[in-house]
Amino acid sequence: MTLSLLYASAGVLLFCLGLFALAVRPHLLHKILALNVAGAGAFLVYLGLAYRGGGAAADPAPQAMVLTGIVVAVSTTALALALALRLGRATGRMELPDGSADR
Amino acid sequence: MNPGDWLAHWWPGLLLGPALLGGALAFVWPRLGFALGQGVALLNALAAVLLVWRVAVGGPLAHAAGGWPAPLGIGLRLDGLAVLMVLAAALVAWAGALNARSYFRAHGQAPEGFWPLWLFLMAALNGLFISADLFNLYVMLELTGLAAVGLVVLGGGTDSLAAALRYLLVGLGGSLCYLLGVGLMYGAYGTVDLPLLASQASGPALGAALALMTAGLFFKAGIFPFHFWLPPAHGGAPAPVSAMLSALVVEAAFYLLMRLWLELAPLSLAELALPVSGVLGSAAVVWGAVNALRAERLKLMIAYSTVSQLGYLFLALPLMPLAGAAIWSGAALLVLSHALAKGALFLGAGTVLNVVGHDRIRGLNGLAQRLPLTVAVFVLAAVSLIGLPPSGGFLAKWLLLNGAIAQGQWWAVAVLLVGSVLAGAYMFRVLGRCFTYGHTGGREPGVALAAQWPAFGLAAAAVALGLAGSWVGALALAGSPFEGDALLGVAP
Repeated sequence: MTLSLLYASAGVLLFCLGLFALAVRPHLLHKILALNVAGAGAFLVYLGLAYRGGGAAADPAPQAMVLTGIVVAVSTTALALALALRLGRATGRMELPDGSADR
Repeated sequence: MNPGDWLAHWWPGLLLGPALLGGALAFVWPRLGFALGQGVALLNALAAVLLVWRVAVGGPLAHAAGGWPAPLGIGLRLDGLAVLMVLAAALVAWAGALNARSYFRAHGQAPEGFWPLWLFLMAALNGLFISADLFNLYVMLELTGLAAVGLVVLGGGTDSLAAALRYLLVGLGGSLCYLLGVGLMYGAYGTVDLPLLASQASGPALGAALALMTAGLFFKAGIFPFHFWLPPAHGGAPAPVSAMLSALVVEAAFYLLMRLWLELAPLSLAELALPVSGVLGSAAVVWGAVNALRAERLKLMIAYSTVSQLGYLFLALPLMPLAGAAIWSGAALLVLSHALAKGALFLGAGTVLNVVGHDRIRGLNGLAQRLPLTVAVFVLAAVSLIGLPPSGGFLAKWLLLNGAIAQGQWWAVAVLLVGSVLAGAYMFRVLGRCFTYGHTGGREPGVALAAQWPAFGLAAAAVALGLAGSWVGALALAGSPFEGDALLGVAP
């Protein structure tokens, strides 16, 4: 139980670091990487909670969910990278423009 | 086997099959995109009407995907609220598909990728509305978000690109919060099936998981102060896309919140946490409306109106656990009438943009003479958004007011009334321009009626919804936690 909790806590920590970086880093590549770090944190929580201690086999359901989650993460990362590249080419800067001007 | 039984078994296929298959085919053969889009959108609308009838007559439907029952399998269910959401999505998607051809004709043809994404978005929304499994809901949320972001990019230009990317990043951050919440839920209770969790989940883990999922959904729903991504994304997308996004995609997140807090959370937890939603909702009603009043472009004004109207829903959430049936039905009616009216407004704004060449509100003088049918769309949609009788918006707000008064929540009554006045102000600001005498050229020639009728149909449906209101309100209760309760808490 403690080992499982250790993994899960590490996952939560990674998740928070990722979200923090997503919010404060302006560079788009940093933002996308931050999302991936946060995603890895969430997956680690799933895997940590799947541990059943002793010699028992781990719960397979969270592992299946993480697999699905990885597929989703790969696709969303690909889309985000494609959009970021296009925006970078169009504006010359890998940052989101200030949106407050739009009225 | 009688037809009813056939429907009871195959309804998920009916809602997901054509849209998914059509989307894949339209991706492989872009040339078939238009025909597939029209055909599947029509088919989906017919299926939605058929299922509304089935649920109204035979009660809610449930299905275990692949024959695997919970706790391991993915449960699907179609109760009153779900089937109404499916109907709203199907109607807006159909009207949008009909309108898309004339909308994009001004630019040659629909951009590549429009039809596959449109059909995928329809499938993802249907999947989201019928899922009763928290993890499956995460996947559907992501699919909806990906399709929506792709559609926003089609607006072309750097602004749309930036709006889409911001929308994507915010949406992904939100869904990760949701995902972590689902993980905690599974870790604590060993299942992600909504009905099972509702019967056995309690304790601090439930509170933590719900808080994470709710925070994620707040971002996805664009509720104040997390709305910053919404106006540029909804205002910059092609008009049929804006219609779908503003009418349904943000409301899908609210729909999930309604499910989580009323079917899963115990009353004590809901009473503790939901006032936050009430405060944010009240702020959104006012903030959205004030910005709608200040907006210079029509589409941006409509997008800010979405921020404001979403506020009503979040405002209704804390009233729901106690006032029950009236607020649940009122929120369902509000979601439905807002979807229809907002869809109509955005489609109408698209026609204006194509014919007039811009959508600056200042420059819309005399529009009633140039585009009478589209201005009629604006008028009917305004009737429902402001909440004038006999529209669906009126009945929804009336039910919400009724519930708020029954509980003595006067702050909610005040916000509802202020919001209606502000909605009147920003809609009349546009309508006032339209009806001034500023254009002598008479009716605009060469505007296809096909571009305008779908929007008119949606707006008329939003108004007519009020006439069928008691029936729709009762249908929304089928399978809900408040099934069997009286619709009105207090006698007038």
